[in-house]
Amino acid sequence: MMPELGKYAGAVLGAYGLSLLLIAGLVGLSVWQAVRMHARLRDVEERGKE
Amino acid sequence: MQVSGRFLPWVAGLAALCLVVGLIWGFFLTPDDYRQGATVKIIFLHVPSALVAINGWMVMLVASLIWLIRRHHVSALVAKAAAPVGITMTVIALMTGAIWGQPMWGTWWAWDPRLTSFLILFMFYLGYIALWQAIEDPDTAADLTSVLCMVGSVFAILSRYAVLFWNQGLHQGASLSMDKQQHMSDTYWYPLVLCMAGFMLLFLALVLLRTRTEVRRRRLQALILRERMA
Amino acid sequence: MIALLLRDLRLSVRSGGGFGLGLAFFLLVTILVPLGVGPESALHARIAAGILWIGALLACLLSLDRIFALDHEDGSLDLLVTAPMPLEGIVAVKALAHWLVTGLPLTLAAPLLGVLLNLPVHGYPWLFVSLLVGTPALSVIGTFGAALIVGLKRGGLLLSLLVLPLYVPTLIYGAEAAQRGADGLPALVPLALLAAISAGSAALLPFASAQALRINLR
Repeated sequence: MMPELGKYAGAVLGAYGLSLLLIAGLVGLSVWQAVRMHARLRDVEERGKE
Repeated sequence: MQVSGRFLPWVAGLAALCLVVGLIWGFFLTPDDYRQGATVKIIFLHVPSALVAINGWMVMLVASLIWLIRRHHVSALVAKAAAPVGITMTVIALMTGAIWGQPMWGTWWAWDPRLTSFLILFMFYLGYIALWQAIEDPDTAADLTSVLCMVGSVFAILSRYAVLFWNQGLHQGASLSMDKQQHMSDTYWYPLVLCMAGFMLLFLALVLLRTRTEVRRRRLQALILRERMA
Repeated sequence: MIALLLRDLRLSVRSGGGFGLGLAFFLLVTILVPLGVGPESALHARIAAGILWIGALLACLLSLDRIFALDHEDGSLDLLVTAPMPLEGIVAVKALAHWLVTGLPLTLAAPLLGVLLNLPVHGYPWLFVSLLVGTPALSVIGTFGAALIVGLKRGGLLLSLLVLPLYVPTLIYGAEAAQRGADGLPALVPLALLAAISAGSAALLPFASAQALRINLR
């Protein structure tokens, strides 16, 4: 399945690896922040109702 | 909030679909270029991320203008949410470019106009994000960053021309103009379009998500403030 | 307005701040560069114009946070904002005062420091003129940056982060004009573009700076 990358394998894989890592990091961070903020907001809203 | 909540999963799903298909197509199913060898596959990351990096700044500019003129709060938050996404895309474009440049031009980095312009764009993003971080009052921060974004846009364009004047460069011209058929064969063009769409949708999804986070942060601060007052 | 200008000039000379400090910094940078790149005078001659431009830019950057900080601390900035004068004019006068105590001395000192870096003879007039034309832009852009961060404690580092990207076009055209002059090439084009940037930012940026000040002092 792996395509033949020849002598540029390092460059191509490095570029894909780094980019995907950065995108994954950004998505992960955004989702994490969103989840955390949602939870905190819910906490405070619940507290307000009591 | 409701509208964005309903759209978000679709946009995110579509982004993921486009990206997965486009990147797999680009990575596994395209032939090597006769001159550039396998490194041509980097284009499927390099060009879309550069595109989104520039358009991200445009989104910030438009959102800032809407905030300054209409005082629409969500608009300021969109600008705030877009900046980290834009800077990440700038970094991806710069790094994939360096990795691509190494085998092709024999150097990781050259002070070529396009590369230099992107580095300058990176500096602008950095200053913008730093200003958001530094100011505590949210409305003041929104106002000041909007003013900075507008002035920065003018200077970014000036820098672009200054850099062109300064050095004429190695980087090939735009390979994606309307007459693209002359530059690029369809084998690369279709997956590239898919990847560009994927990056755009990813940007949209991330900005939506981050804006929702910011809206909630505002609400949280307001609630805490009200509790303290009571 | 003239009274404000004179007051600003008197203050900056009396407090001993920007005036001498910027010049001393410029001198130090010019001395440090040869220590860093080695003693070959041919190399110095080639990079002299660029080094002097960067030195002047950094020296200018160093004194920016003083433009509004002192006035903000003692409250006179609030008075100025409510004064019966357009705030844009006040900002422009502030920038002019900053240029007179920073940009102008740097411009005058640069040819002297050119000697240290072995600048080619025909480069001197170009260096002088390019700095004379370009430093006003540095002051005006810097005033905008200072207006953005006026309310912040310890804004100095942030100020450089904000202002340095804005300095890019000025630096490129200014250093290019000086460099081409030193190489004996025609340098009028970059000089004209530099003048355009100076004139444009002097005409338009005070509005943005005034807006930033109003936001900060709300």
